[in-house]
Amino acid sequence: MSMTPRVLEIRRQVLSKNDEIARGLRDRLRAHGIFTLNLVSSPGSGKTRLLEETLRRLVARGICVHALVGDLATDNDAQRLARSGAPVRQILTQGRCHLEAAMIAQHLDGWDLDACDVLCIENVGNLVCPSSYDLGEDVRVALLSVTEGEDKPLKYPAIFNSSDVAVITKTDLAEACDTDMRALHDNLQAIRPGMRVFETSSRTGAGLEAWVDYLVEQWRAREVPR
Amino acid sequence: MHELSIAHSLVELAQQHLPPEATRVVAVDVRIGALAGVVGDALEFCYAIATEGTRLQGSILRVHDVPGAWHCVVCDAERTLDATFVLRCQVCGAPAGDLLAGRELELTSIEYDTAEDAPR
Ligand SMILES: Nc1nc2c(ncn2[C@@H]2O[C@H](COP(=O)(O)OP(=O)(O)OP(=O)(O)O)[C@@H](O)[C@H]2O)c(=O)[nH]1
Ligand SMILES: [Mg+2]
Ligand SMILES: [Zn+2]
Repeated sequence: MSMTPRVLEIRRQVLSKNDEIARGLRDRLRAHGIFTLNLVSSPGSGKTRLLEETLRRLVARGICVHALVGDLATDNDAQRLARSGAPVRQILTQGRCHLEAAMIAQHLDGWDLDACDVLCIENVGNLVCPSSYDLGEDVRVALLSVTEGEDKPLKYPAIFNSSDVAVITKTDLAEACDTDMRALHDNLQAIRPGMRVFETSSRTGAGLEAWVDYLVEQWRAREVPR
Repeated sequence: MHELSIAHSLVELAQQHLPPEATRVVAVDVRIGALAGVVGDALEFCYAIATEGTRLQGSILRVHDVPGAWHCVVCDAERTLDATFVLRCQVCGAPAGDLLAGRELELTSIEYDTAEDAPR
């Protein structure tokens, strides 16, 4: 009468439910010809400000852009973004520290997705939690302001490693902060070799055209559905 | 907290797979990659909270760390990510390509008792 506990082998991703929803969402967005971005960063790195500038420029170039913005409790960011004239929706996360694919899917209802070219998602300001949640994006963009310290990528490797592109923001403040730009680039490349990196200042406009050029290029190069 | 929502997802997933004849869950095993962005200790702590009032209550979480790994094409050898998180070959300096391991956040097994196992 020995007690031998039984072992059931499973091998399933813990977040497989989110992964499945994200896969479905990615297929759906691509079928509409939409290029999707997921912007992640620590709180206050300049996601909303960069998006304000990005939306304005995309609209001016005749590209139809929509935005979803996650926030713990307020709709301040959505109000700022709506001034660009682009359709914007707020996703209140009710204290949750990240967006999930299901929240994105829910907030697309009623939008004319065939008309939409680019979808920008501003994630909750947080360098840890959003790294685990696929939102169905084509490109994950990690923002990093020059005021945060050059070693940010080394301290938060999961989020920088899982991102496809980095944008170094607030370059107008680099001199005042004694930022070692070289070290910043080296650290990004250490965590994500070959990563495409942009430098921008939403204040002076430096680097914004190159960033928007990249988005337009990516949107044009996306697989056009039959 | 991040690990708490992950713990809830884990408990939900484990309950879906738990056989009906299980009378007591002894342990749940998970694999966490070095680049998964999840802290094992924090997950263990949150697991105890997330299992409360479920069929997994009282079970323990066993975390198995998975190091980051890639194949260095220059050396033609497998390389393992060390504590610096620098994705460069420690021998030749070449940047790492796609990861072979290190992003896992995986429920691997459940250990449980059934009524037959109970001492008579
Ligand atoms: N000098 C300067 N300030 C900037 C720049 N970009 C953003 N800021 C300022 O930084 C602060 C935070 O910017 P937000 O765009 O709100 O940052 P965020 O990442 O959206 O913040 P959360 O949504 O709260 O995580 C604001 O005061 C911005 O005006 C920049 O390029 N230069
Ligand atoms: Mg914001
Ligand atoms: Zn090598």
